[in-house]
Amino acid sequence: MPASITVSSHPTVQYLLRIGDTCLIHAQRLAEWSGHAPIVEEDIALTNMALDLIGQARAVLTRAGSLEAELGGEAHDEDQLAFLRDERDFRNCTIVELPRGDFAVTMLRNCALAIFLKLLWERLAASSDAELAAIAGKAVKEARYHQEHASGWVVRLGDGTAESAARSKAALVLLWPYFAEIFDDDAIDDAAAASGLGPRWSALADDWRAELGAVLAAAKLEPPAERAFRSTGKTGVHSEHLGYVLAEMQMLQRTYPGGVW
Amino acid sequence: MSEKQEWPLWEVFVRSKAGLDHKHCGSLHAADPQMAIQLARDVYTRRQEGTSVWVVRSDQITASDPGEKSSYFDPMEDKVYRHPTFYVLPKSLDHM
Repeated sequence: MPASITVSSHPTVQYLLRIGDTCLIHAQRLAEWSGHAPIVEEDIALTNMALDLIGQARAVLTRAGSLEAELGGEAHDEDQLAFLRDERDFRNCTIVELPRGDFAVTMLRNCALAIFLKLLWERLAASSDAELAAIAGKAVKEARYHQEHASGWVVRLGDGTAESAARSKAALVLLWPYFAEIFDDDAIDDAAAASGLGPRWSALADDWRAELGAVLAAAKLEPPAERAFRSTGKTGVHSEHLGYVLAEMQMLQRTYPGGVW
Repeated sequence: MSEKQEWPLWEVFVRSKAGLDHKHCGSLHAADPQMAIQLARDVYTRRQEGTSVWVVRSDQITASDPGEKSSYFDPMEDKVYRHPTFYVLPKSLDHM
């Protein structure tokens, strides 16, 4: 088994890893629907969206790896960053590593994340890092469609049958406590805001709440009360679920180092 | 699934680029027009096939009866004079 890599702790690299890892792990969970969605059209739609997110993760991780070298460290490519990092070195928000759940969980999570990522990409399009700005300009179009697709489903299920409404409500109760982490700032956000790399994620919270709130209202769903609980995936301390995602995702490269097909 | 629960069928028309017609390219099941448009985008334009999509409920299309094909279309076989190929075009018109 190839040794795990150690990644630069530079705030610029860490800010990019948060974005790239959130897209990457979210994509893994969406891809679990491949071959299992309720209808074939939706199967294709979810896989398309997972592939959009993989593309975004690839671009951002590639940039993070090249910045490592520019900032005086060792360069890493996208594959090394995805397949040779240990769990504690992943910087995705905990929300994306939670099990895919039923269709209501998947759609609500995708809706909330698509709104967040859309708002983030819109701001990153003006990043001081020209490459990140270019990635954002392309990704924002994808996120807009993900939001449209998922919010349609949230409304359809929330304001649907008694069964779909009950499942939507349960999904909201399950996921809600994990959204707060996204918008909690720390020194990584301070550095990104100061250098012009990207916004503090807390700066996106009001717009996110307003847009998601409008979808929930149309879906006849009530946002649950805020809780003191905070997940900590962005700092590398994950739920018990991420290890299983990584075991499956990294198995081939760990077993056959450098293997290609 | 009972007939009542099954989502209606939609016919999908895709325009490949501005100026061309929308062409029928297939069908899909969807619960409502918005979902039909989204799924048409996801299923039929994944490889840059389209710039515009139309969907029409399949049960809203009235089609000619295949059993009447011979009486409907065969009589046109020997009406070559309906093609405007007997006119002599002025030389200045190269292509038409």
